[in-house]
Amino acid sequence: MRSRFFDDLLGAAEADPNIVFVTGDIGFGVVDELQRKCPGQFVNAGVAEQNMTGLAAGIALAGARVFTYSIANFPTLRCLEQIRNDVAYHHADVIVVAVGGGLSYGALGMSHHATEDLAIMRAIPGLAVAAPGDAAETSAVMADLVANGGPAYLRLGKAGEPIVHRAPIQLCRGESIALRTGGDIVLFSTGAILESALRAADLLAQAGVRADVRSFPWLDPLDLVAINDAAHRYPTIVTVEEHSVIGGLGSAVAEILAEMPHSASLIRVALPPRFSSLVGDQEYLRGAHGLDPASITHRVLEQMEVNRGLASQVR
Amino acid sequence: MTSDDLARAVRRHVLRMTNSGRSSHVGSALSCADLLAVLYAEILDIDPAHPDKPDRDRFIMSKGHAGAALYAVLAETGFFDTRLLAQHYRNGSFLSGHVSHVGIPGVEFSTGSLGHGLPVGAGLAWQARRMRKTWLTYVLLGDGECDEGSVWESAMFAAHHRLTNLVALVDWNGLQSMATTEETLALEPFADKWRSFGWEVDEIDGHDHAQIRKAVQPGQERPKVVLARTVKGKGVSFMENQVLWHYRPPDDLELAGAMSEVAP
Repeated sequence: MRSRFFDDLLGAAEADPNIVFVTGDIGFGVVDELQRKCPGQFVNAGVAEQNMTGLAAGIALAGARVFTYSIANFPTLRCLEQIRNDVAYHHADVIVVAVGGGLSYGALGMSHHATEDLAIMRAIPGLAVAAPGDAAETSAVMADLVANGGPAYLRLGKAGEPIVHRAPIQLCRGESIALRTGGDIVLFSTGAILESALRAADLLAQAGVRADVRSFPWLDPLDLVAINDAAHRYPTIVTVEEHSVIGGLGSAVAEILAEMPHSASLIRVALPPRFSSLVGDQEYLRGAHGLDPASITHRVLEQMEVNRGLASQVR
Repeated sequence: MTSDDLARAVRRHVLRMTNSGRSSHVGSALSCADLLAVLYAEILDIDPAHPDKPDRDRFIMSKGHAGAALYAVLAETGFFDTRLLAQHYRNGSFLSGHVSHVGIPGVEFSTGSLGHGLPVGAGLAWQARRMRKTWLTYVLLGDGECDEGSVWESAMFAAHHRLTNLVALVDWNGLQSMATTEETLALEPFADKWRSFGWEVDEIDGHDHAQIRKAVQPGQERPKVVLARTVKGKGVSFMENQVLWHYRPPDDLELAGAMSEVAP
C-alpha cells in the first residue's frame, strides 16, 4: 500500500509541478526517487509535525496541492490543532497522509499504534477521510485526491499487504465497493483489514452463513446509500476495522442505523478501547485482539446466536 | 493617512470595541497598534479593492487575541466599513474576539490559538520563493506566544531554508496573561535565542514609527525578526504595563478617560 502510494504520488508530481510533498523526516529509502526526480516539490520538515502541518497549510494557501507524510499518529494527533485550524478551517489543499494505520507497526509499541485516528479525523469538519483496503483501492483514492485535492486525511497500512482487487478500480469520492453479493449478512470493512474480512466471510460460509463483503475506502464522505440499502437488505451488518471501537466505521454505521425506524442489527468488530502493551507483529496483535479471520467469524456467529435468543424472548 | 494618524484611529477603535463588546485583550491590541499602523500605512503591498490579488504581500496576525486591532486597521485602510467595527464580539457578527477570516475582507489567516502563524508564514514564504514570486510574508507574534514550541520549530525551518522573504515581528511588551514574561517562562536572552536559531535580529522601540519602518525590511541572507519593545496598553496611562488590562474591558467611565488620552 505504501509502495503504491509513492508510485502514484511520483506519477502525479511529475505530471503536475504544483504538487508538493512534505515529510516529517519519514520515508528513508522510499522517497528517494521523488526527491531526485522532483526536487523542487519535496521538503523534509524535520521531526516537527506542528510546523510541518502549518507549513503545508501556508504552501497550499499560496497555491500548491500539498501532501504531508509521517508515521501513525505523528501527522495527525501530534499536530491535530494545525489540521483543524490551519488546514480544515481554511479549506487548505492539504492531504495528511499517515503510514502504518492500525497495528501495522505492531511491535514498535503503543506510541506507534494508530488506533483512534479515524475517529478523530472524522470529527473534523470539511476533512475527507480515506482508509483504502489494498493497493488497488489506494490508487483509486489517490486518483481522486490528486484530481480534487484536500483537505483530506489518507490512512495507509504498510508495504506489502495482500492485493485484494485483481484489477484496477475506479471510484468516486465517498463510494464503497461490493466485493461479494447475494448473501445473508454483510461485512463492512475499512482499511487494510479488508483481506481478513474476506477470509472471515469464507469461514462464515463454512459455518453456513453466507456473508457479503463491502469495502469502505472512504469514511468521509460515507456511502450512505450503500449503508441505507444494506440496512433494508440484510438482517445483520457487521463492521470490521483495525481501529478502536469508538468513533470509526462501526460508530459511523451505528449513527446511521440508529436514526432509521427499522434497520439491521449491528455487530461491531474492532479494537477494544484500551491501550495494548502487548508486544507482537501486526498479525499477532490482530489475533490477540480478535481481529484475525477466525476471531471475527467466532464473534459474528456468537453475536448472531445471542441476537436470535433475544429475538425469541421478545416474541 | 499617515501611520501616526492610523495608529491613533486604531487605538480609538480598539477602546470603543472592547468597551461596547465587553471583550478582552485591550492591552495586547494597544501594544501592537503602531506596528500594524506602519505595516498597513506604508509597507504592505495590498489593495483594499482587491483583497485577494495574487501578488499581494501576506500578513498573518499570529497573536490572534489582538483581533480588535487587526479589524480596526483593516477597516481604517478601506477593506470594510468602519461602522461594522461596532459589531465586534456581538451575537451574529463575524468579528470574533480572535482573528477569523470568514466573511471579513483582508484577513489573510485565522488565528487565536498561539504558535500557528509562523509555520504558516514559513509555508507561504517557501512556496512564494519556489514559484519565484516577489511578494513578502509578515507575521506578527506576541512575546508570550513564543512559549509555544511550534514557533521554534518554524524558526528552525525558516532559517534552514534561508527564507529571506519572511519577516517576523514580535510585540515584545513583556507581559503575558498572568505576569511578566520573565516571571512566567523567561524569554531572555531573547535576541540571542533568535540569532542562535539563524535569524537576522533587529531590536527596536515598537512605538517609534521611523524605527519600525526601517526594521521591517527583509533580511539579506536570513529571515528577519523584529523584536519590537512595546508597552502593553500603550497610549492609555492607566492601562500601561498593567497585567489587569490583558483581560479587562474598559467600562464607560474608563473609556471616556482613555479616549481623552488618545486624541484623534
